[in-house]
Amino acid sequence: MTKLDDLLSFHKTAIDLRTQRQAVIASNIANADTPNYKARDMDFSNALRGAVQGRAGQPLALATTASRHIAMSGMATAPNLQYRPEAQSSVDGNTVDMDSERSAMAENSLQYEASISFINGLLKSMQTAIAGTNG
Amino acid sequence: MSMFDVFGIASSAMHAQSMRLNTTASNLANAESVAGPDGQPYHAKQVVFQAQRMGSSPYATGVQVQQVVESAAPLRLVYDPKNPAADARGYVSMPNVDVVEEMTNMISASRSYQTNVEMLNTAKTLLQKTLTIGQG
Repeated sequence: MTKLDDLLSFHKTAIDLRTQRQAVIASNIANADTPNYKARDMDFSNALRGAVQGRAGQPLALATTASRHIAMSGMATAPNLQYRPEAQSSVDGNTVDMDSERSAMAENSLQYEASISFINGLLKSMQTAIAGTNG
Repeated sequence: MSMFDVFGIASSAMHAQSMRLNTTASNLANAESVAGPDGQPYHAKQVVFQAQRMGSSPYATGVQVQQVVESAAPLRLVYDPKNPAADARGYVSMPNVDVVEEMTNMISASRSYQTNVEMLNTAKTLLQKTLTIGQG
């Protein structure tokens, strides 16, 4: 079972991150008219590298190096997110650029579907390997 | 964290934009209302949007209507001595609705609404694709 898990885990991680990024883009689009909202996005390749190495998605926790330190469960920050550079400034302080958000949305959903296709392909290869024939 | 957050975000935005469209409709409908229910001329209303954290996920930020404010612009004075609402000098206080501004507001709100519907449809397509994993 471990082999099969290993086979699929990379694409599973990628899909998880794609889902997160889709929520971030949806947030940007939803707040396109909110004053002082700053558009955010994810550095996907860095986030994926971090996730594969097993250090992503964890809330930032305090290190407790002495017995009297107070352990904190960590802030619910989004460690992967960065603010998008402002394309055209607006008076209300909003930095959402609808064109780049729309293209990011299309790109992200296409990549998501690509990951699903990869998983399907891997599953098909596995089935071929198990059944021994193509029929 | 799941793709379902996108539904919450997009629907919060659609709710907020439809509220904006509602105030725009009220403003346009009452652009010539000399007297409202309280006997005063109608004042233009505007919604104030505010970003809102959706659930526990740090990645999901929706939008909500924080408040509805009345425009502080001065009322439009029209000289019309025959009007029963005219003051001693013959001026009638008309609502401070800027019709051109309301029309652009309406276009902006409907475009934002459309974009959020598109976001919703994309999330739905992706979820349906996900459900077909292993079936091909």
